Formats: sequence, C-alpha cells, structure tokens
Amino acid sequence: MKRKWSRWSLAAGALALSATAFAQTPAQTPPTPEMVSFACAGCHGTNGGSAGLLMPSLASQSKESIVDAMKKFQSGERTSTIMGRLAKGFTEADFEAMGEFFSKQKFHATNQKLDKAKVKKGAELQEANCSRCHLDDGKDGKDDTPVMASQWLPYLQMQMDMYLSGARKMPEQMAEKVKPLSREELDALLHFYASVK
Amino acid sequence: MTLDRRNFIKLLGGASGLALAGHAAAQGKAPAVSAGSAAEIMPKGSARRVVVIGGGYGGTIAAKYLRMLDKSIEVVLIERNKEFVSCPFSNFYIAGLMPDMKALTIKYDKLAANHGIKMLHADATAIDAAAKMVVTSQGRLAYDRLVVSPGIDFMTDEIEGYDAKTPEIFPHAWKAGPQSALLRKQLQAMKDGGTVVIGVPLMPFRCPPGPYERACLISSYLKKHKPKSKLIMLDANPDVVSKKGLFTKAWNSYYKDIFQYVGGQVTKVDTKAKIVVADNFDDYEVAVANVIPPQRAGNIAVAAGLTDDKKRWCPVDAISFESTIHKDIHVLGDATLLPSDGGAMPKSGYSANSQAKVCAINIVALMNGKPTTELSAINACYSAVSETESVSVSHVFKVVNGKIKITASAVSPADFSIAKIEKAYGESWLKNVMTEMST
Ligand SMILES: Cc1cc2nc3c(=O)[nH]c(=O)nc-3n(C[C@H](O)[C@H](O)[C@H](O)COP(=O)(O)OP(=O)(O)OC[C@H]3O[C@@H](n4cnc5c(N)ncnc54)[C@H](O)[C@@H]3O)c2cc1C
Ligand code: HEC
Ligand code: HEC
Repeated sequence: MKRKWSRWSLAAGALALSATAFAQTPAQTPPTPEMVSFACAGCHGTNGGSAGLLMPSLASQSKESIVDAMKKFQSGERTSTIMGRLAKGFTEADFEAMGEFFSKQKFHATNQKLDKAKVKKGAELQEANCSRCHLDDGKDGKDDTPVMASQWLPYLQMQMDMYLSGARKMPEQMAEKVKPLSREELDALLHFYASVK
Repeated sequence: MTLDRRNFIKLLGGASGLALAGHAAAQGKAPAVSAGSAAEIMPKGSARRVVVIGGGYGGTIAAKYLRMLDKSIEVVLIERNKEFVSCPFSNFYIAGLMPDMKALTIKYDKLAANHGIKMLHADATAIDAAAKMVVTSQGRLAYDRLVVSPGIDFMTDEIEGYDAKTPEIFPHAWKAGPQSALLRKQLQAMKDGGTVVIGVPLMPFRCPPGPYERACLISSYLKKHKPKSKLIMLDANPDVVSKKGLFTKAWNSYYKDIFQYVGGQVTKVDTKAKIVVADNFDDYEVAVANVIPPQRAGNIAVAAGLTDDKKRWCPVDAISFESTIHKDIHVLGDATLLPSDGGAMPKSGYSANSQAKVCAINIVALMNGKPTTELSAINACYSAVSETESVSVSHVFKVVNGKIKITASAVSPADFSIAKIEKAYGESWLKNVMTEMST
C-alpha cells in the first residue's frame, strides 16, 4: 500500500488561501512550468538531470515531493544552504508549476563510481527497511517521497547525515526504520540507491 | 559617456561602408548598416531561422532552448572561437588552485549535434537590421530573429596610457583564456616582497563579486607562497559593491598582513615604468598589475547601434529581451540594460543563462503567434573567500508593470558556517552549468 507521509491535503487548503494573498504581487499571467523551472537548471542540470556531484537531480521527482520540499525550504522547516533563500522569492503557485514540470521529466540515470560490495549489501537491506516508501528500488517517487535511484551519492550521504544529526527532520516512520541500522548499513543502502538505473 | 571613434574603426576592421555605420552609432543613432557586398552563406530555406551571436553563457543556452522548445525553427550559432573558456572559476586557476583550464573549457560539437544547432565559427562584424542580415568574416546570412549575447568589451580610453599592448603587460583577465594564463604566470614569477595591484572599474561591470573573489584567492596564494608581498585593491567604486560583509570579513580575518583595500580609480598606466596611477593622488609601483578597465556591451552590439549611448549597454524589454532600438533583435547577458524597479540583474553567467531561457520561451511564443509569458528568473553566484570556503548570493526576479523586480535576495550567513559546503556546491554548479552549455 502506498501512503502519504505529509499533511498534503491539509496543506492544499492553506495553499488556496495564500494564493489569494499573492494575487496582486508578482506575475500578472500565471507562471508556466517552463518559465519557473528552466531557471533551476543552472544548478540542477537541464530538465533537472544533474551532472553531479553534490547538486541533486530533480527530474522525475513527484509533484508533491517538489512542492513539499519547496514549502519546507521556504518556511525554514528544512535546513538548506541556498534553497531557503531562493524559495522565498516564489509563490506557492510557482511551486506547483515547478512540481508539474519536474514530475514530467525523464528519469535521469547516472554513472557513479561505487563500491560494489556496498551496493550488494544495500540491495539486500532495502527490501525489508525502505521499500515500503521508496518504491521500485527508489525509482518511483510517489507522494512526497523523493526519487533516490541514481541520485548522486555525496548528496544522499549529506542528507542522511543531516537526518541523523537532526539538522533535517526525518519522517517519523522512516526514523523507525533508520534508527536500528548501523552507519555502515545506511551507507550501503545509499550506495544501492545511487546505483539503480 | 561618449563612444570613441578609435575603437570603432578598430573593431570594424577597415571596411569602409561599415566604418560609416560605426560613426552613426557613435552619434547615438541607429546606423544604416548595409550588408554590403559580402557573399551570402547558408541561404535560408523555408524554415524560420533564429541566428544567435556569441557562444558563451547566454548564447549557447538561447540556441539550445530554442531548439528544445520548437524543432521547426532553424538555429545558427555564430561564435568566433572553437572553444569557450569560462570566467567563473578562472580565479581559482589564476591563483594556482587548478592545474589547467580543462574544467573551464567547453567545445560545441555535442551541443550542436544533440540539438541540431548549426555552428558557424566566424566573427560577426555588422548587423543590417533593415535587411535582417548578419555580416560575418565568412559572409553574410539572413535571420528572422537575431539573438546577440556578445559579453563585454573594454572602454580603455578612460585610462591614460592604455593601448592595445597594455593587457600583455598588465593583464585584465576579465575574459578567460590567455589573459588568465598570463596573470597566473606573472604571479608565479614574481619575487617575494612584490606589490600586486588589482584595479576595479566603476559599476556596472561583468561579475560584481569577481574582483573581490580574486582578491581573496590571490591573497591566499601570496600568503602561502610569497608572504612578504602585498596586494592592493584600487576600487573606483565608493565601496565594495557585492557581498561586502562576507568579503571584508575574509580580508580582515585571513589576509590582514597581505591585503589592503583602497578607494581610488585607476586613471593612468605606465607599463614600462610599471606604475599604476589612481585618482586618490597615489602612484603605485607594481610587480604585477591586474587592471580591469571599465566595460560596455561587446563590440558587435555597439557596431550594430544596439547600445544606449549614455549607458553603454543595450536597452531591451523584460519580455523577450528584444532591443528597444532595433526590432527582431534580442540582446542577452552582460550586454543588456533591462528596465528594473529597484535592483538590476547582476551581469553574471547565471543571469545570462536564466535570461536566455526567458528569451527562448518568448521568441518561440512570438514566432508562433502565441501569448508571451512573464519573466521569472534567477541569479546565483558562488564566490571563494579562501581555498576551501565559498559564499553565495542569490536573487529571484519577477516582472511587475514591465519592470524587473527582485522578490528575494540574500547572501550566505556571515559566520562562514556553511562556507565549506558551499565551496563544494559551487563546484557542482560549475559542472552543471558547463554541462548545460555543452550538451
Ligand atoms: C573573473 C570572473 C569571474 C566570474 N565568476 C562568475 C561566477 O562565479 N558566476 C557567474 O554567474 N558569473 C561569473 N562571471 C560573469 C560571467 O563570466 C559573465 O557574466 C557571462 O560570461 C556573461 O555571459 P554572456 O553570454 O553575456 O557573455 P560571454 O559568456 O562572454 O559570451 C560571449 C561569447 O560571444 C563571443 N563573441 C563576442 N562577440 C562576437 C562576435 N562579434 N562574433 C562572434 N562571436 C562573438 C565570444 O567569443 C564569447 O564566446 C565571472 C566573470 C569574471 C570575469
Ligand atoms: C544556486 C543553485 C541552486 C538553484 C538555482 C536551485 N537550486 Fe535547488 N538545490 C540546491 C542545493 C544546494 C540543494 C541542497 C539543499 C541546500 O543546501 O540548499 C538543492 C535542493 C533542492 C531540492 C531538494 C531535492 C532533494 O531531493 O532533496 C529541490 C526540490 C530543489 N532544490 C528545487 C529547486 C527548484 C525548483 C529550483 C528552481 C526554482 C532550484 N532548486 C534552484 C541548489 C540550487
Ligand atoms: C515511512 C516511509 C519511509 C521509509 C520506510 C523510508 N523513507 Fe526515506 N524518505 C521518506 C520521505 C517521505 C522522505 C522525504 C521527507 C523529507 O522531506 O525529509 C524521505 C527521504 C529520504 C532521503 C532523502 C532523499 C532526498 O532526496 O532528499 C533519504 C536519503 C532516505 N529517505 C533514505 C531512506 C532509507 C535508507 C530508508 C530505509 C532505511 C528509508 N529512507 C525509509 C519516507 C520513507
């Protein structure tokens, strides 16, 4: 069963409200997916397919996951180096358009140098621990769960470090699975996801 | 400012009909350039055609996105060089922190093949706006719409004693490539105890944080390898023009014994005596001088009469970046002057990249009789403050009443708490933006 981990439906209500609040400000024509999203490619790669090494790919992420991330960056709930600063310049209608755009882009496969033993170990661990939410070997980004397949390893490692240190808030039910695992096991899992094409 | 005749004649390379055009531009009128007798190349078929001049940060992206958005439009990209060398990150190379310029260099073959862009390696020398023709060193060619992203050229007449040979002795390194290599070589050859001067021109110029990043990285080099040396920055601006808090913090905490920031505009150079004179009444005897002259839109934009005389830049609208002087010609990147309401888009590679996409979206709309979309654009710029740390500035732009407005603008935290991570993110930015331009 697929489940939603965010309060997405609640947020949608709030969104409608703030959309009116923004009605007089920036764009006079509604933002189109291309107009608001092409500009992200300078950092995230053309159509959200990152060439590495630390910038994450956005291509084929679900709409919800992009919108959710942008809102958390904007509010400061999710710690960031630069995304929070950028997100403040956009409206929630912009976020929707970005989600619309990136969710329609082709999955971006990467070729990374990875430790084969770790990849193998991760492949064994993922089924029991992560596959409930990170579907189809991390290729399917449903609801607010980001695509992890082929994501750049250094980025995934940094995000995991942030989860473990508390700098990024981990979804509770993910934490239940993550906490019992050792650092080595988690790193093996990230290696596995990075290897999926 | 007045555009000087000498530069015009120089850039127009003697062709007499064109020299006239230059004269007209110098008077501030749109020149009546005629495509003249140059043979026509690449005759236009039935397909609509956009010609792009300049394969740099703006031009490559405009060409690519035009083709991504509408394959029925033929795109010709005119670039004089076979390879493009990126200014972003060239300060690392200058300071000896990169073995060579490989990471800064791209070729055009993959970009052209992937998107069906027709490359023309030639020098664009004139534009006949009435006949819709570009004149190049290879011949003239027709366009339906023209995109011009030529970057900058220098107004060297504002510095006494500055001539065509000056940059061979006092490199500006404000266009990456041989100039960057020369400055690096001079720094490495300099004896410990020498004085290095960086001369910063008045705004607006390409990459406002660039000179200050360079000051950090050269200081870092000197501190490590030539600790008795001094670096003096002569800034023509009343104050540091970008990321002031962050750069001054770096200067004060890392480079106190090496670096000195001084107000003053370079007014005169003497390459024989190795002296730089500033309007603060001081003469500086230099071992190495990095004099960055004042800037304006690239020569071709001036020759084509696309510039607003006073401002030195090309006025365009904030929809498709169409010139307000010549119809069907769009200008991007450093060369532009955009209508803005409190805060212009900085002349950066990121801005040029983002503008090129807005331009492509709306050119395609215009050519297909569809409504245009209002601009949404980003600028982001990572600058190094030391070998291992970088800071960033970011802007988001929207359009309100036809003018560009900043909806968010911020810099990295002042305590450098994320500076090591941002160094790594900056490298990833370069990788992604260069990949965007070359594939
Ligand atoms: C030291 C330094 C550091 C910088 N760091 C950053 C940074 O970290 N981030 C950032 O975003 N920006 C940075 N910049 C700024 C960035 O380099 C420019 O803003 C950007 O290159 C502008 O793009 P453009 O398309 O206008 O011009 P360019 O990128 O210069 O492209 C112009 C191209 O047109 C070609 N051309 C010009 N005239 C003709 C002609 N007549 N015929 C044929 N071809 C022609 C040129 O050969 C060139 O390839 C830096 C600049 C400097 C100097
Ligand atoms: C200056 C570079 C830069 C630009 C421009 C930029 N990003 Fe980001 N993005 C980052 C960085 C760096 C991160 C990692 C979080 C952080 O530290 O800010 C990130 C992370 C993200 C994430 C989280 C991805 C994940 O799986 O965890 C999303 C979503 C995102 N960006 C969306 C966007 C969108 C949409 C745009 C365009 C409106 C954009 N970004 C523009 C640099 C950039
Ligand atoms: C209960 C569902 C769930 C489970 C189980 C789960 N995750 Fe997640 N995961 C999520 C969600 C939702 C997010 C995005 C949440 C957020 O915004 O931080 C996420 C994000 C991540 C990220 C950050 C990716 C990015 O692009 O930012 C990593 C890494 C990650 N998970 C690893 C794992 C690993 C490894 C496991 C197995 C040990 C696991 N997760 C199990 C739901 C889950």
